[in-house]
Amino acid sequence: MSALLKLTGVETYIGRYHILQGVDFEVPEGRTTMLLGRNGAGKTTTLRTIMGLWQPKNGSITLAGEPIEKLATPDIAQRGVGYVPESMAVFSDLTVKENLVLAARNGPLDDAQLAWIFGFFPALKKFWLSRAGSLSGGQKQMLSIARAIVEPRKLLLIDEPTKGLAPAIVMSLIECLKEIKRRGATILLVEQNFHAARELGDHVLVMDNGTIVHRGEMAALAADVPLQERLLGLSLEAHQ
Amino acid sequence: MSEIAATDALPKPKRDIAPLLLPVVLAIVMIPLVGSASSWVTLTVASLAMGMMIFIMASGLTLVFGLMDVLNFGHGAFIAVGAYVATLVLLPLASWAQADSLLANLAVLVPAALLSMGVTGALGLVVERVLVLPVYGQHLKQILMTTGGLIVAEQTLYALFGPQIIPMPLPTALRGSFILGDIVISKYRLLAMLLGFAIFVAIELVLNRTKIGLLIRAGVENREMVEALGYRIRRLFLGVFMTGSALAGLGGVMWGLYREQVHASIGDELTVLVFIVVIIGGLGSITGCFIGAILVAMVANYGGFLVPKLALVSNILLMVAVLMWRPRGLYAVTSR
Repeated sequence: MSALLKLTGVETYIGRYHILQGVDFEVPEGRTTMLLGRNGAGKTTTLRTIMGLWQPKNGSITLAGEPIEKLATPDIAQRGVGYVPESMAVFSDLTVKENLVLAARNGPLDDAQLAWIFGFFPALKKFWLSRAGSLSGGQKQMLSIARAIVEPRKLLLIDEPTKGLAPAIVMSLIECLKEIKRRGATILLVEQNFHAARELGDHVLVMDNGTIVHRGEMAALAADVPLQERLLGLSLEAHQ
Repeated sequence: MSEIAATDALPKPKRDIAPLLLPVVLAIVMIPLVGSASSWVTLTVASLAMGMMIFIMASGLTLVFGLMDVLNFGHGAFIAVGAYVATLVLLPLASWAQADSLLANLAVLVPAALLSMGVTGALGLVVERVLVLPVYGQHLKQILMTTGGLIVAEQTLYALFGPQIIPMPLPTALRGSFILGDIVISKYRLLAMLLGFAIFVAIELVLNRTKIGLLIRAGVENREMVEALGYRIRRLFLGVFMTGSALAGLGGVMWGLYREQVHASIGDELTVLVFIVVIIGGLGSITGCFIGAILVAMVANYGGFLVPKLALVSNILLMVAVLMWRPRGLYAVTSR
């Protein structure tokens, strides 16, 4: 499996803080790579750096072999990177429809793609003309993900999609992400919910203090309780 | 997914009409206080006309403020430059402007307005690239740079046109009034009302019915996410900045014709007024700006008629009252 995204020695500073201290990893095409780690390990900074929202001071980032570390955010998005931020960032003053119309940068909304999205996010169809600000937290997350997949993307960067959601909604969201995965999407997914990570991940990267401290198969980490405890200070089993 | 699908229907979002009713309520309350019906109509029409002119000047500023978080204290320069540029057409062609033919009047007035908008729009391009671009995200520097720009513009106008007040007479077709019984409605005020309302409708249509409008509304709320969707918001902002500058130029022409004179400090005087309107309306809100402009004009006109001494502080009192009621303005769009 070839690497769609490759980070080599990426260092990012936010103000005077040295957040990413030489991050190296690859995201294979057509697979879901989980990015795990404790709060403050640098996971969100990694996604924002890939997206160009923060410029790396050193290192290289390539997408399908093309360097993107010096590109502006819109240029990176135009190369087929979809981004679902931790805050969801739906445009609350716009309707569900308007949010998706904006996300469909290359033309009008595609009916087949919309039908596919409505298949696992029926709430979006129901509230098509409602203001996004009046949706529940789970529905906002659905809209945020739908915005990222309303057009075919090479790579999806998704930041803690289950954060703050009720367990029942989390289960639904995992099913939705599995469906997106089945379509062959390449996903780099930051997640704190270990159950979700185990369900969705093919590969896993664990971050600590701004560097990757473990990389491997998600199934192997899920089966190795001592390793989980050593890397994350927690056991996946404790988070069923 | 059933949990999501089974979510109860959302309550229909309530339309927040309280701010919309404010000018109506204020006008009704003024009927017994003003006393005479003809005075009330004259004051109300004057308020609406003045409000529309202020709205035209302030609409660009509210979008620039809301969209890019830029404090442009130099906005008044566009108003002054717009008014002065119009005199370059109106004064040499004064015989056309004063001719007793609507066609001849329009033949000089329309090019004057278009030239003013063109020049102020182009000036907006230069100001954004030279003064604003280097200080994005730095409010203090923005204030210093744009205030400096306003002073430079004002002094340049003094140098080019001299310190004297330049007369800017209304074209003949816009002089006089329509008389309905005891009620007298100035033709120019009626034109100002119609033009201001047309611009409000046009901006609302662009914001709500076009993709560019969606981008502007989305950008006011979350610039970063708009960029993450692949749109170059800087270009969009430049377009909004130039349009706002051109509208300020048009507002300057209208204000100059309203006062029938132009002087270099016109921008200075109106900057405070447009900022009050933008703050009252809520940063980034066109509807709020529209209502805020009408309220400011109403308070100035009714207040000037009823308690002339209050006229000096009426706008500040209005702003304090509105912000005590709604601290983020009548229609809050951004959380800034």
